[in-house]
This record gives sequence, structure tokens and C-alpha cells, in this order.
Amino acid sequence: MGSITLRQVSKVFGEAKVIPSIDLEINDGEFVVFVGPSGCGKSTLLRLIAGLEDVSGGQILIDGKDVTHAAPAERGLAMVFQSYALYPHMSVRKNIAFPLKMAKMEQSAIDKKVEAAARVLNLTDYLERRPSQLSGGQRQRVAIGRAIVREPSAFLFDEPLSNLDAALRGTMRLEISDLHHQLKTTMVYVTHDQVEAMTMADKIVVLNRGNIEQVGSPLDLYKSPRNLFVAGFIGSPKMNFIDGAYAQSRSARTAGIRPEHLGLSKDSGTWRGTVKVAEHLGADTFLHLDVDGIGPITARCDGEFGAYHGDTVYMTPDESKLHRFDDKGLAIRG
Amino acid sequence: MARNVTTRHKVTATVFAWIVALIIFFPILYTLITSVKTEPEAIAGFSLIPSGTFENYVTVQTQRDYFKPFMNSVVLAVGSTILALIIAIPSAWAMAFSPTKRTKDILMWMLSTKMMPAVAVLVPIYLMFRDFGLLDTRIGLTVMLTLINLPIVVWMLYTYFREIPGEILEAARMDGAGLWQEIVYVLTPMAVPGIASTLLLNIILAWNEAFWTIRLSTTNAAPLTAFIASFSSPQGLFWAKLSAASTMAIAPILILGWFSQKQLVRGLTFGAVK
Ligand SMILES: Nc1ncnc2c1ncn2[C@@H]1O[C@H](COP(=O)(O)OP(=O)(O)OP(=O)(O)O)[C@@H](O)[C@H]1O
Ligand SMILES: [Mg+2]
Repeated sequence: MGSITLRQVSKVFGEAKVIPSIDLEINDGEFVVFVGPSGCGKSTLLRLIAGLEDVSGGQILIDGKDVTHAAPAERGLAMVFQSYALYPHMSVRKNIAFPLKMAKMEQSAIDKKVEAAARVLNLTDYLERRPSQLSGGQRQRVAIGRAIVREPSAFLFDEPLSNLDAALRGTMRLEISDLHHQLKTTMVYVTHDQVEAMTMADKIVVLNRGNIEQVGSPLDLYKSPRNLFVAGFIGSPKMNFIDGAYAQSRSARTAGIRPEHLGLSKDSGTWRGTVKVAEHLGADTFLHLDVDGIGPITARCDGEFGAYHGDTVYMTPDESKLHRFDDKGLAIRG
Repeated sequence: MARNVTTRHKVTATVFAWIVALIIFFPILYTLITSVKTEPEAIAGFSLIPSGTFENYVTVQTQRDYFKPFMNSVVLAVGSTILALIIAIPSAWAMAFSPTKRTKDILMWMLSTKMMPAVAVLVPIYLMFRDFGLLDTRIGLTVMLTLINLPIVVWMLYTYFREIPGEILEAARMDGAGLWQEIVYVLTPMAVPGIASTLLLNIILAWNEAFWTIRLSTTNAAPLTAFIASFSSPQGLFWAKLSAASTMAIAPILILGWFSQKQLVRGLTFGAVK
């Protein structure tokens, strides 16, 4: 079991109100991702759940039990840190065994569990090494191993992959998702990489300045962002925002259209633009265009489209995928 | 970019380093040389060639027993260092891992006590020692040495502890370690290099401390510093004997320093070079 409930949780550092007030429900077995720009309070929120930071107000419940004032160890959660936070003076085996040793488990039982975890994480050959003799990906796996042996009611991850290179990040992402399917334990995962957020999450929590902007499944957030912030934050490349006459003609203050929802053609369309930069990624091409009467627009097209700097391109926005926002930046539905 | 080091640069640098090292080491070397001269030779003027007599060492040992001040030095240096560490480890730990607004001020205040000239408090301290019956006692001197080195010990440990990433301690907390387990299994093993070099440096400082040890002791608790000083007596200067006594006094600490060199350097540059 591992459901987590936050009730009006707030956090103040000195004068700074980092988290004004947050209500959030995390269900048992869910993979929840916190995303948001740097400094928005993702780590702080995670540390409040972990108990590494005291709340300034509100309540935290785990499985319905009030743990607001419980010590980290009493909450039954495990955490994986961005810096791995392995014990440098202990071997991999001792690192993974540490939480079990603290739980006063018998040595023979500890050995069994450590070896089982090492097998799952492909660490069997490295058990006697020190963390300093491991690669980044291996270190991260040790940190995960140390977390899983305890069979916690939930895992907390704080940007666990951000120190790894892109390729390894891809593999580890899959491994963590896989682990979640095997263990079916609640996972709370902090990241500012939206590919991680979109691909791993059951539920994404978008944070901005310590407030929740929106909670929903990845596709929910993609299809119907509640406001400008979420619309701009979820999706890559970013949604295009268009103010002025075009938006007014659709009775909105701002209109939003994603780069992938623009039909492109070389000879006819609603808008006419000049290619400023073309980013050829192979399968896809991102065109950064200057559109007459609209302004700068990013469009995503097939890699075969073949547009280069200086070319003229016509675009037709897919009106059914158009997002509209009012004066306050909130989405207009219907 | 690799730096272009020519052989000539290397030779110049090496020669220069040797010259500087020799200048720094020269007083000790000259003490050594003088200790194997006869008294007339010693006052005759500058000379690097002694007659090579060991008479001074014999005289020094027969006139005044070396063993007793040596033992006093050991007790004072080791005792005061252990006492200082017992007080300083928890305080540095608290200051490094749960600092308050005043932590920096307290550290500065502690350091500022080292800036005060010792002579300024000589009289009050002497009187306190006299009234408490601590003059010429090992306990009194141990406490005194502990107190005068405490600021440095706290500062050093504080700097080392600050180098330990907080996330590792937080990880231990998440893993279910209580305060003591955190200190015993995680913090201390990681802090050992820092604690070791603090310990060594403090032993050296305490061993060499001369101002208070000479003034607050006479015979019973007198360490090697007082032993050396007793050879510069009013009856005249016995330079050769003084040198022999000095050599005997610094030899133990020099040997300790030599063997712990690596640890000392590692400790003192901890954090600067990872
Ligand atoms: N111990 C602290 N004392 C004072 N301010 C803090 C403390 N910890 C965090 N803050 C502030 O709280 C805010 C949120 O920090 P937090 O680390 O939660 O951000 P984050 O969303 O995790 O950012 P990032 O993506 O860069 O990791 C920041 O403005 C930070 O300066
Ligand atoms: Mg963070």
C-alpha cells in the first residue's frame, strides 16, 4: 500500500513562501511525475513528503495515517537522489544492505535480498566494488537497489537521471518504468525533462512557483491544458501562441496551435511564412518561420518535406486542434 | 591544452625549490650540527663541521632526566588532543549540519580568541591556576592546551564536515538510520581522514606549545619545551647542550610528522583537490 495525501501543505524558507498551499492525492501504485521550471519547488515538495523538510503548515497522510511530524525513517518511503548519495566508504553490497541492516534484519536474509536486487539490476558482478569504481548508470542502479530492498510503500525520485548522458537516460527510463510494472509500487518522480514526464507518468503534476497548475494524465495535459503555462510547458517543440487579430477572430485573447498541428505545403495555405531556421532531425524537421501578419511560428513536418533557410512555406492550422485562452490565460473550452 | 614544460624550466624550478627548502630547514639542521659540537666549538662562530661528539647528549641525559618531560609531553599532547576532539566533533557537527543564524558569528568569535596575544591573559590565568592548585599539574596543562587549540580544532573539523554532502546523510536518514547510527556508520567513516589530520596537527601544535607550558609548570608537569628552556639558564648559555636538548625534544614529533606526511597533506588539502 502506498497512497499519499497532501492537505494544504505549505513551506516557507525564512521570508520566501516556496509552497503557498498544495492539495494533492496520489493513489496506491500510481506513477506520479512532478514537472515544472527550475526553482518551482519540485524538490521541496518531494522532500516534504519524505520528511527531510518540515512542513510550515498542512498535513501529510500516507495510507490514511497522519505522518506530518513523523521522522523520514518512520514513513516507510525510499528515496533516490540526483547525486545518487551512495555511501562512498561502503561496497555496493553494503550500500544496498544498509537499510536492511538499519532494520535489524538477519544477515542471511539480508544477503538473499541484496543478491536478488543485484540480479534484477544487473549489479551481480559489481557487488564488491566501491561506488567510485562504477559508471554513472551503475551508480544510479545501486541507488535504486538500495531503495527497492526495503520494499517501501512508495519510491521518491528526485531527477534521478539528470546526471546521465542522453543514451543512458533512455535506457534507465525504460528500466524504471519496467520496475514500476513489476513492483506496482507508488512512485513519485521529479523531473524537468518532459520526455520523461510524458513517457513514464500515469499522472503528471505541473508545478509553477509552488502552485499546482494542473494535474492529469500525459495526454490530458497535452490535449486540454488548463492554461497558458501548462500549454507552453507540455509538448516539444513548444505550442505557438498567437495574439492579436487572429486570436480575436476566434473570440480569444490568445490562440495556441502546436507545431505538429500545422499542415504544410509548398504552394498554398492560410498563412505564408519564410523559413528562418530548419532543424532536420531525420524523421522530423522543425521549421522556425516568420509568418506574415502573425509573427514567429514553429512547425513540425515530415523529414522528407525538404525546406531550407529562406524558402517560402504555406501553413494551414488544424482548427479542431486550436487552443483558445482568455484574458487571464485560462483555456476557453467548447 | 598540455602545458609546455621544458627541461630547463624543470631544473630551475627544482633548484629553486631545494634552495627554499634548505633555507627553511637550515635552523633545524644547524641545531643538529651544533648538538654534536663541543661547547667551545659551539660559541666559536659559524661552522658547519662539528667534531662529532655525543657528549652533549650524555650530559643532557645525566643532568636532567629526559624521560620525565618526554612523558609529560606525550600526556599533554595526546590528552589535550583527545579532549579537544571530544568537545569539537559534536560542536562542529552541529554547526556544519544544523547551522543557525549565529553559527558564523560563533565561529568568528572562536577564531578571534586566537588573535588575542596570550600575554594579555597571563596574569589572570596564572592566578586562577594558582588558586585552583593547578600550577605544575598535568591536568591543568592538559586543560590549558585543550582550550587554546580548541578553536582551531573546531574550525578544521567544521570545514571537513562541510565537505560531506548533506544528501548522503539524508539518504541514511531515509534508510532508517537514527542519529547515532548516522554518526557511527556514515558520518564518522567519511570524516575519518579529516579527523585524523586534525588529530595529527593538534598533537604537533600541543607538543610545540611553549608559552603556557613553560610558564605554568616547573618540574612535575614540565614537558619538553620547558626541558629545552631550562638549558638557557642564567649561569650562561650552553649552546651545544641546548641544541642536543632541542634535538631530543623535536625528534619524536619530527618522526611522527614524517610517517603521517601523506595523511597530513591529504587532510589539509581535503576538498581542494578531490
Ligand atoms: N533550504 C532552503 N533555504 C532557503 N530556500 C530554499 C531552500 N531550499 C530551497 N529553497 C528555495 O525554494 C525554491 C524551490 O526550490 P526547489 O529546490 O524545490 O526547486 P526545484 O523545483 O527542485 O528546482 P530544480 O529543478 O532546479 O531542482 C527555490 O527558490 C529555492 O531557492
Ligand atoms: Mg530540484
